[in-house]
Amino acid sequence: MGRMRKLLIPGVDKQLLVKDATKLMPDFTRRRFIAGGASLGALTLLTGCDVTDSFSAESMLTQMSKFNDAVQAKLFNPNTLAPTFPESAITKPFPFNAYYALDDAPDVDGAAWKLEVRGLVENKKSWTLDELYKLPQEKQITRHICVEGWSAIGSWTGVRLSHFLQLIGADTKAKYVWFQCADMDGYNSPLDMPTALHPQTQMTFKFGDEILPRAYGFPMKIRVPTKLGFKNPKYVISMEVTNDYKGGYWEDQGYNSFSGS
Amino acid sequence: MSSISATDHPAEKAASKVIQPAWVRIVHWINAVAIILMIMSGWQIYNASPLFNFTFSRSITLGGWLGGALQWHFAAMWLLMINGLVYLTLGLVTGRFRKKLLPISASGVIDDTKAALAGKLSHADLTVYNQVQKLLYAGIIVVGILIVLSGLAIWKPVQLQWLTAVFGGYEVARYVHFFCMAAIVGFLVIHIALALLVPKSLRAMIIGK
Repeated sequence: MGRMRKLLIPGVDKQLLVKDATKLMPDFTRRRFIAGGASLGALTLLTGCDVTDSFSAESMLTQMSKFNDAVQAKLFNPNTLAPTFPESAITKPFPFNAYYALDDAPDVDGAAWKLEVRGLVENKKSWTLDELYKLPQEKQITRHICVEGWSAIGSWTGVRLSHFLQLIGADTKAKYVWFQCADMDGYNSPLDMPTALHPQTQMTFKFGDEILPRAYGFPMKIRVPTKLGFKNPKYVISMEVTNDYKGGYWEDQGYNSFSGS
Repeated sequence: MSSISATDHPAEKAASKVIQPAWVRIVHWINAVAIILMIMSGWQIYNASPLFNFTFSRSITLGGWLGGALQWHFAAMWLLMINGLVYLTLGLVTGRFRKKLLPISASGVIDDTKAALAGKLSHADLTVYNQVQKLLYAGIIVVGILIVLSGLAIWKPVQLQWLTAVFGGYEVARYVHFFCMAAIVGFLVIHIALALLVPKSLRAMIIGK
């Protein structure tokens, strides 16, 4: 049993995974120190001037990140496809990546799972896996690029998100599709509508022609080859079509929200 | 312009005393700030997924963690790019690049390197660059262009995929970006050491004379 668990994802060392995950954890103390050190806060103490927080480096950086969101939205061409690759280019083993070890990854019961649909849609019925599997699927072999810098090429099969949004009568003039996941601490992430409607944005049910394994987000992952990896949520349990920016797990901690490739 | 050869004219002697014009000094120091922010935040980003068997000490990185470093990197990149474009445009339009950096010859570089190592290289006229300076300054401009382009190739491997392809793909572009950084750091070590060895060159970059 122990050996089996160890081999769940061949070639991926669990100890390293945990190390990798902790490395990703934000060190808020240090972050605050750096932002605070670069702010005018210290000056206000000396002079008694009422300098608002908007002068701090941290809020300046947040403003720049929002500016970069806008620049990237302009740069995004809905007709530009992410490069595709031959089967031989697929990275093996494809890395498992999360802020927790694989043993702590959500273990979703596919038979009981239902995709919940909310927000600005005509039909809010929930979808079972069998119903979703019956929708037209297509395969893509594309490069997954992590915010950390590494990349890996994988093969994903599933339903075009744009097709599904059309099926449920979604208001495609809305700003976002917001995904919620089964991860511990409640992973979530917003996807801008132009990207949601991109032809390669996919509700993924298979990896490498096999039913999506637990490591890669069973039962459903959203594959977005025009975004960084953290904008490709796994273990998705609900989607909401909305005009509100509801934030996201990593986005709220400072990763750029658009994060387009 | 043809009267430049008549160096005995008093008005021109006064004008020639300006070693670094104001626009050069302004873009130089903006670039200095931008490049230091880019390098220090870049080291923190590198640490999240190192290309080699080492990481940079957190004491010399900027941002505290990957998310903070990315924010600094993608903010300072605008300063670097806009300032860099101003520099390239003015350098070409004013003829500064042509006058200061050309021509460069292999034999000239070898001769001046020998002279420099023998301590015989003259610094009497700081308005004229020797062959080693010409090579380093022209070379670092090329590296500066390459590091911005490879950075764009990593940032936008879908929207700018033609650019990423020019660099040989996403993974190769990461290495190009890294080695350009290493070249700039190497340049900075020499550049700062020599500026301190010849302090009047540092003064010229601050007050112009």
